[in-house]
Amino acid sequence: MIRVEQRIFDVGAELGAFGRGDIEVGAVASFVGYVRGSEPGAPALVALTLEHYPGMTEKQLEAIEAEARARWPLADLLVIHRYGRLLPGEPIVLVAVSSAHRRAAFEACEFLMDWLKTKAPFWKLEETEAGSLWVAAKASDDAAAERWSTPAPRTSDA
Amino acid sequence: MKLRYFAWLRTRIGRGEERLDPPAEVATVADLLRWLPSQGPGYAAALADPKVVRVAVNQTYVGPDHAIGPGDEVALFPPVTGG
Repeated sequence: MIRVEQRIFDVGAELGAFGRGDIEVGAVASFVGYVRGSEPGAPALVALTLEHYPGMTEKQLEAIEAEARARWPLADLLVIHRYGRLLPGEPIVLVAVSSAHRRAAFEACEFLMDWLKTKAPFWKLEETEAGSLWVAAKASDDAAAERWSTPAPRTSDA
Repeated sequence: MKLRYFAWLRTRIGRGEERLDPPAEVATVADLLRWLPSQGPGYAAALADPKVVRVAVNQTYVGPDHAIGPGDEVALFPPVTGG
């Protein structure tokens, strides 16, 4: 399931409900991204505003979900990504995947975050006491996504 | 043609979306990126370095050679920074 929403989510409640009751599932892997309040040598963050492209965001996330499901034998998948004005310490994104075994779950979770960061149309505006600045894309994020450019062989006993 | 701008392209151009009718010789994404700066200083500032501008036509990423027409929704934005 893909959810793009403004309101804060409860990480514990989301993960507690995810994959529950499916006895084929042996592994759940998840990632939660939070708003960092400070960077070394930078003014303290007051808020982080996420802008996105409604419509294209959902389309891109659905394409990324389809790609993950084609590469790994996943039972279920959840992506929650927030937009709007977020405060330090709040969750921004949650990715959870379930599978029969851990390797597929770990790998798919990492893949989803790497692709999401370079393909989903979100932009971060950092608000500090010194002013507001759009976050620049990182070359390291492109490199992380590039690792997955060769389709991984799908293994049945992963 | 419907144009949409996001993040610092939006703030430099001064609006998030608009309808524009480029001349007929603007047939591709690359043509549009060459033509838009002539529409005003905000456009020129936003498109000063076209290499960093990403383009989606009808909500799908496209390259500079992609053909565009009057019925298209063309979005211009910087490299994404979500997650």
